[in-house]
Amino acid sequence: MDFAASLSLVAPEILLSTAGLVLLLVAAWAGDGASRAISIASVAVLAACAFMVAPALCSGAMGPDTVAFSGQFRADAFASFAKLLIYAAGGAALIVAPAFFERVHAMRAEYPVLILFAVLGMGLMVSASDLLTLYIGLELNSLAAYVLAAFLRDDERSAEAGLKYFVLGALASGILLFGMSLTYGFTGTTSFEGIRAALSGTISMGALFGAIFMLAGLSFKIAAVPFHMWTPDVYEGAPTPVTTFFATAPKVAAVALSMRVTLDAFGGQVAAWQQIVIFAALASVIVGALGAIGQTNIKRLLAYSSINNVGFILIGLAAATPQGASAMLVYLAIYIAMSVGGFVAVLMLKDADGAPVEGIAEIAGLSRHRKVLAACLAMVMFSLAGIPPLFGFWGKFVVFQAAVQAGLVPLAAIGIAASVIGAFYYLKVVKVMYFDEPANVAVGKSDWAHQALLAIAALFISPLGYLLTRWLGALADKAAAALFLAA
Amino acid sequence: MIQVLAFYLFATLVIASAVFVIMSRNPVHSVLWLIVAFFNAAGLMVLVGAEFIAMLLVIVYVGAVAVLFLFVVMMLDIDFAELRAGFIRNFPLGIAIALVLVAELVLGIGAERAGALKLGTPDGTAAPLMDRSNIEAIGALLYSRYLFLFESAGIILLVAMIGAIVLTHRERSDTRRQNISKQVKRRPDEATINVKPEVGKGVQL
Repeated sequence: MDFAASLSLVAPEILLSTAGLVLLLVAAWAGDGASRAISIASVAVLAACAFMVAPALCSGAMGPDTVAFSGQFRADAFASFAKLLIYAAGGAALIVAPAFFERVHAMRAEYPVLILFAVLGMGLMVSASDLLTLYIGLELNSLAAYVLAAFLRDDERSAEAGLKYFVLGALASGILLFGMSLTYGFTGTTSFEGIRAALSGTISMGALFGAIFMLAGLSFKIAAVPFHMWTPDVYEGAPTPVTTFFATAPKVAAVALSMRVTLDAFGGQVAAWQQIVIFAALASVIVGALGAIGQTNIKRLLAYSSINNVGFILIGLAAATPQGASAMLVYLAIYIAMSVGGFVAVLMLKDADGAPVEGIAEIAGLSRHRKVLAACLAMVMFSLAGIPPLFGFWGKFVVFQAAVQAGLVPLAAIGIAASVIGAFYYLKVVKVMYFDEPANVAVGKSDWAHQALLAIAALFISPLGYLLTRWLGALADKAAAALFLAA
Repeated sequence: MIQVLAFYLFATLVIASAVFVIMSRNPVHSVLWLIVAFFNAAGLMVLVGAEFIAMLLVIVYVGAVAVLFLFVVMMLDIDFAELRAGFIRNFPLGIAIALVLVAELVLGIGAERAGALKLGTPDGTAAPLMDRSNIEAIGALLYSRYLFLFESAGIILLVAMIGAIVLTHRERSDTRRQNISKQVKRRPDEATINVKPEVGKGVQL
């Protein structure tokens, strides 16, 4: 593959980095006053990138034509699917930010630039077919994320979240790198294809160690149990628009990356990692459900909910089949909509002065004075709980279906049981909003951009979403086929 | 022969200066000994034919990291005597960990020598170029095969820089900053005034 062809495959990445650099210069000259304009430009850039990657997904691109830079980068249908979700989530994080930060005079022109670079890093992650690309993408994303978590630097909780995320993230990167160096040592190559070829037959103890350490590092990034401890603190402390971003885009990127590593690089050694993934899936589902019960802060509750959801996604990975991979992608798409909806609804909870309201007790009786908002939040909660008429049910259904087809009936059964536990705390929020004495705290008006985003997310997870199942399923099947052909 | 002599010279000096790093009372001296250790390690790298790593050691570690250490040591008020007390208390634990690590190294290398541990065979993408120095070989790989990743790594450094500025830079009102354009624009007639003070009275400005 010649150089020009490689460059044309990374065109979205080139556009993102050029736009990031240009907007950084604009930010430097025009100052923080231009942050709204820069945010709008960044959303336009993300939309343009989405149009650039969409054709590869629609045509189901796969095979050697999608490989750039001698096997380091893969722009196939799978990568395109994940990138579309990432761009959408990044766009949402850009749209909700100005209204939130401007109230505390903390909207800075660097925010959209950092989001763009984080999105660029995530694009590299989902396209990685080499350990080096994997690591560079991951670090680019993480480094931008650490700064974003501490973006409200005068706020103690935000600074704490940034520091905590940085220290634990650096530790996870170290574990991941250790695993990568072991894998390289025992296979002699950094490309996923080469690792797969070198690991045919029985896997050596050293390579197994490498695989386990890499999985541990990646579980940190997707916040799967037992590497989830940072999630509630970081989600609670980070500014809410940044939390919206953390709960969506990096999750997609890290899950897609884990799929590439397990199903492609270690795809010939399913038995070696399957039990680990099964354990992480079950532990995440159960810890996520139980941990959320005692929470009084709605952001912490949604953090546990995201741990819980990652568990359901990993059930699809444990199946290690194309159906499982396709189910994971469908679940991810629905999960993004639910998370964006949930966090935007939280952003819209404000008191009379416009200060954010985060306590669950403070939204008591919300249905009395903010009817539409309460209805949307209730819909998000029902959908997260997987109650049938809403679209959240469909994601859980396809994942369990894939697990049962792969013969993992006990796993699916425990998952379903745990989702009943999870339903308890989702319903508790609904109960507080509809049946408790009104606290009359969250009475503030909200921004039209927030309302529009919440409306889109709510429409997607409403029963109308089922009109999309055939189309979404077909796209996810194409993406999963590309992933398994690469493997 | 001369190589063996050079090896023993550099190796002795690395170990000796490393010992001085942890033994010297003055932390600034420790950092200076660390610089000596880096230089001698660079010498060892030249001996094994890795001149690129030798240069990196000198440029990055001596030029940047050591100077950074020196700044930190001089700017921060750290009570090193207290730190040292902890060092002596935890000394047995440190020795135990070191022994474990040495045992792991011996076991690992022993297993590899005995054939119980099979490393992978390199796939050859990073094989050295014939008749070229390793600086040229690394350059040839970095700017052709790994160009894309090399450029992406540049973006990571840029993000790190943006992050440092976003988190620490702020306009301070309590300091007087130099405004060069204001200084340049100033005319002589604004800067000087003529007064004729009366005898016995001061000047009112």
